Amino acid sequence: MTQFLQYAISGLATGSIYALVALGLALIYRSTRILNFAHGDITTAGTFFAFTLLGLNLHWGLAFILALLFGSALAIVFYFSVLVPAQRREATQLGQIILTLGLGLILQGLVSYFGGTVPQSFPFPLSDTKIYRIGSVVISQLSLGTFGIGLFASLLFYLLVQKTRLGLAMRATSENLPAAQTMGIPTRSILALSWGLAALLGVLAGLFLAPALLLDPFFMLEPFLKGFAAAILGGLNSLPGAIVGGLILGVAESLAGGFVSIAFKNTFAFLIIILVLLVRPEGLLGTEFKERV
Amino acid sequence: MDLIESYQEELQLIRKPWTRVWVGIFVLLLLLLPWYAPEHITYIATIIFIYSIGVQGQNLLIGYTGQISFGQAAFLAIGAFTFGHIARVGIPWPIGLLSGGLAAGAFGLVVGFPSLRLKGPYLAIATLGFGIAVYQIFLNFEVLSGGRMGMIITKLSPLFGLPRITFNYYFNFLIALVFTLAMYNIISSYMGRAFIAIRDNDIAAEVIGVNLTRYKLLSFAISSFYTGIQGGLYGLFIGYLEPNMFTFMEAITLFVAVIIGGLASVEGSIMGAAFVILVPQVFSAYKEMVPVVYGVTILIVLIFEPFGLYGRWFKMRLYLRNWPFR
Repeated sequence: MTQFLQYAISGLATGSIYALVALGLALIYRSTRILNFAHGDITTAGTFFAFTLLGLNLHWGLAFILALLFGSALAIVFYFSVLVPAQRREATQLGQIILTLGLGLILQGLVSYFGGTVPQSFPFPLSDTKIYRIGSVVISQLSLGTFGIGLFASLLFYLLVQKTRLGLAMRATSENLPAAQTMGIPTRSILALSWGLAALLGVLAGLFLAPALLLDPFFMLEPFLKGFAAAILGGLNSLPGAIVGGLILGVAESLAGGFVSIAFKNTFAFLIIILVLLVRPEGLLGTEFKERV
Repeated sequence: MDLIESYQEELQLIRKPWTRVWVGIFVLLLLLLPWYAPEHITYIATIIFIYSIGVQGQNLLIGYTGQISFGQAAFLAIGAFTFGHIARVGIPWPIGLLSGGLAAGAFGLVVGFPSLRLKGPYLAIATLGFGIAVYQIFLNFEVLSGGRMGMIITKLSPLFGLPRITFNYYFNFLIALVFTLAMYNIISSYMGRAFIAIRDNDIAAEVIGVNLTRYKLLSFAISSFYTGIQGGLYGLFIGYLEPNMFTFMEAITLFVAVIIGGLASVEGSIMGAAFVILVPQVFSAYKEMVPVVYGVTILIVLIFEPFGLYGRWFKMRLYLRNWPFR
């Protein structure tokens, strides 16, 4: 039982990382129907930016805020300079997905060129080795911080989407684009903002993940794919689904790693996606409308 | 576009006599390549032939049937390791190659099943998940893959007293030629038309009598058969296999080749294969920049030339044919 709790707790910490990544993916998918394959690479770029700033002896708080802004600026620039022209030329949905893949490749190359491919350890104010005991369960400061920030960011995000005028505009835009335009909502800026916000959530996840792993240009690939899995699990067009999916995936994966086999911890996540897609393609909380000829 | 007057003409591979001459010269140049080009070039050309098979398969799936797949590396791995195991027992290569392709095709059928229910982005994720799961299974089951140490495959011993590199060149050239001709036949048969109908609108295709289940699965099976053959040939050519040759990046490379070469065109697939092989060669001093080149090319292609290198080539040909009029 203790072991079970222990695995579950450490699963929740990784799960909140997945939830943050999934939230960004779901946000973009919901408003633009684009699967953002560059999400992981934008995150990596942001994290490397923070790493460079920390190397310049900047205070970590400032460095992190700048990195978050850098990531969202990147996404917004991509939206305006590539996606909008592509949409003007009537790119298909698949075409737009491939465009994000192109951006991902570019960022990946640039990060490896400027940041180097050697894994580096990421300095962080929270420690991975300092641990707290709750009863018989052990949790590290970093995991606790990660879980906390995941919850906090999700809460802020919820308030933004549900309780503000901006959130209302975002919901309207994702619900029905032409109608939102008719109602006078500046949909283009709203969509750009969604991209920026999604990237910001991604970079946040990256910043909290980097100290747990080593930082190299590919460190985000797997969490990014898991984030995808989480978003699918919860339903790609549902924001609460992304959070629930992320936490479930994190815990399930940790339990599978602990009780079944550590080698198949990663494979497990992808088996979950395939199963979910076969049984309930719209995910746990998602709703996808039917299509007609 | 040409005026086509009969079905016979539609089925012809080459329609104009001059095109026949140009293609003839091109094939002749390719045939003579090992005799005038340096060894290095022959080697790269061989890899391009091997890759063009898999890219054609991928293009059949993405370009013709419109089913997106990011799991292509899995089929490569399955084809390659099946071939490797069979070759190790001492069974001759044609059987090994065929069973590598068939094993990949069988798994293609399995992956095809989700495609009956899933569309677009969802299918992309399912195939991506499959690709990564297979990679990790190969990485963790040493029995299947020889583990991280890899698996040694006996290379073909050259026949007719040819140097090894020349022999490999002709061997792979022939196989690639056979598969390319087969691909032309597939896409101009009923099957190919059914694939295109599914891509354009699957529900409408079903209404006019295309058996959706059968043709979607068939498309997956043929595509992964081609990819499996590529895997087997690559193993035979390099003489060595390890799981890390089949990462997610490899699937992306095949995907990039299809997009850059040109969706729904066999010639485009070959051009795309040449592109993804040549770019790392040209940029070998700046290895990190290779993905950047891919990415920038994708952006340019998708925004300015949606039919890729083949589309550009087609326009150039049209321009030259009509010169000096436009």
